[in-house]
Amino acid sequence: MAKRVGIEVSIAVSEAVKLANVDVVAAYPITPQTHIVEHLAELVADGHLDAEFIPVESEHSAMSTCCGSSAAGARTYTATSSQGQALMLEICYIAPALRLPIVMTVANRSLSGPISIWNDHSDMMMSRDTGWIQTVAENGQEAFDLTLHAFRVAEDSRVLLPVIINLDGFTLTHVIEPIEILDQKEVDRYLPPYQPQMRLDPEDPVSIGPVGMPEVYTEAKKAQDEAIKGSKEVILEAWQEFGDLFGRYYKPVETYRTDGAETLLVTMGSLSETAMTAVDHMRAKGKDVGLVRIRLFRPFPFEEFLAAVEGAKQIAVMDRALCLNGAGGPLAIEVKAALYDEPERPYIWNYVAGLAGRDVTIENFVEMADGVEAAAADGLRGHYTIINVRE
Amino acid sequence: MAKETGMVSWKDLALGCAIVKPGSSAELKTGDWRSERPETDYEKCIQCGQCYIFCPDMVYTQNELGFYQPNLFYCKGCGICARECPADAISMVEESE
Repeated sequence: MAKRVGIEVSIAVSEAVKLANVDVVAAYPITPQTHIVEHLAELVADGHLDAEFIPVESEHSAMSTCCGSSAAGARTYTATSSQGQALMLEICYIAPALRLPIVMTVANRSLSGPISIWNDHSDMMMSRDTGWIQTVAENGQEAFDLTLHAFRVAEDSRVLLPVIINLDGFTLTHVIEPIEILDQKEVDRYLPPYQPQMRLDPEDPVSIGPVGMPEVYTEAKKAQDEAIKGSKEVILEAWQEFGDLFGRYYKPVETYRTDGAETLLVTMGSLSETAMTAVDHMRAKGKDVGLVRIRLFRPFPFEEFLAAVEGAKQIAVMDRALCLNGAGGPLAIEVKAALYDEPERPYIWNYVAGLAGRDVTIENFVEMADGVEAAAADGLRGHYTIINVRE
Repeated sequence: MAKETGMVSWKDLALGCAIVKPGSSAELKTGDWRSERPETDYEKCIQCGQCYIFCPDMVYTQNELGFYQPNLFYCKGCGICARECPADAISMVEESE
């Protein structure tokens, strides 16, 4: 039976990885991911998890090792953050191209410089086009559940792509939350043993990762594009089954009090909880505001997102990263692209907030909702604001 | 797999663009972009096998009479055989259309 316990979210994530009964963990410690891999190392060393824990000399080696072990048919896990993910990025592009179902937790942290260990989404955005399926957790329970979901989706024979679970560094990784930890029997019912479709085997040799000449590269990328687009169906199916088994249903896009809302906030990650409180405050004052939260970041859930924002007059998109291309944040750019083909488009203003652990308060979300309404009324053109910045 | 060219639909690629049949490169015609081909004067050839040894693409095979013959399906026209031949039996001839 599942047990609800007070537990640090990082430890809960490593417990989920243990319950998934992984074969190989190859990781390099980096703040704020450290507690996850430290705990996994302990579980292996103490004999609670029968897996190879491979301590590597860098994140580049961590992901390379993961590719090797996944190609050999082993259930493979790693975790990283920020600069660590930047260092492994070369191999992050290769894992999905080779269709290796590695699962990775990214404890989201800002990218240097200036040097920073604090939380934002710049690492998530750095890896947005790598071809990994990516989900974003809002709280500890989600981080635990999405970890099990990740293995289930990644290894499905219709998918075979690696999955990243994003969770906010410190804000989630280092807090203690009440989390329902499933027991082994429950997890085994949800997550069958991994059955590799293709693996490195001397008895049945294959070459994984050969050169793609100009005559084949485009076809290889087309196949990969179709694979990630096609993964959504399996992602939804795996969430449905998770809900049927354990009572917690997940959707690619969550809505909160959006009925009749003229103004919507769009968020990802743990700050969505602050945004919900802000929505409650504004609703109490008679303001028609709702929240749309994106849980599935890759593949981007265009259909569900459009349905969630339908009827809204204006949208305030909060980004926790900057593109530095003159257009604000990456999520807003994507939201605008998603809406471009719609005959009736809501007005959009982009707020860049919460960079490198900078607090984003209830008042800030009220400011965003008021701001987008004022900008829409004044007809200001497609810009963005960095909030909480000292002039 | 379309033999000789490797030109296939994206739907026919193996998972992750893997090569699932060992040695399948032998089926690919890799010599069609050569600009010169080797021609052996078998009057001069002493059957030493230097062309066979030095060819980086293993183009040469020995026939029943002991002579080494190139398989132009794979020959890139690098000219190493012609340069190494101690009997000057191999010359490079320009490919015409």
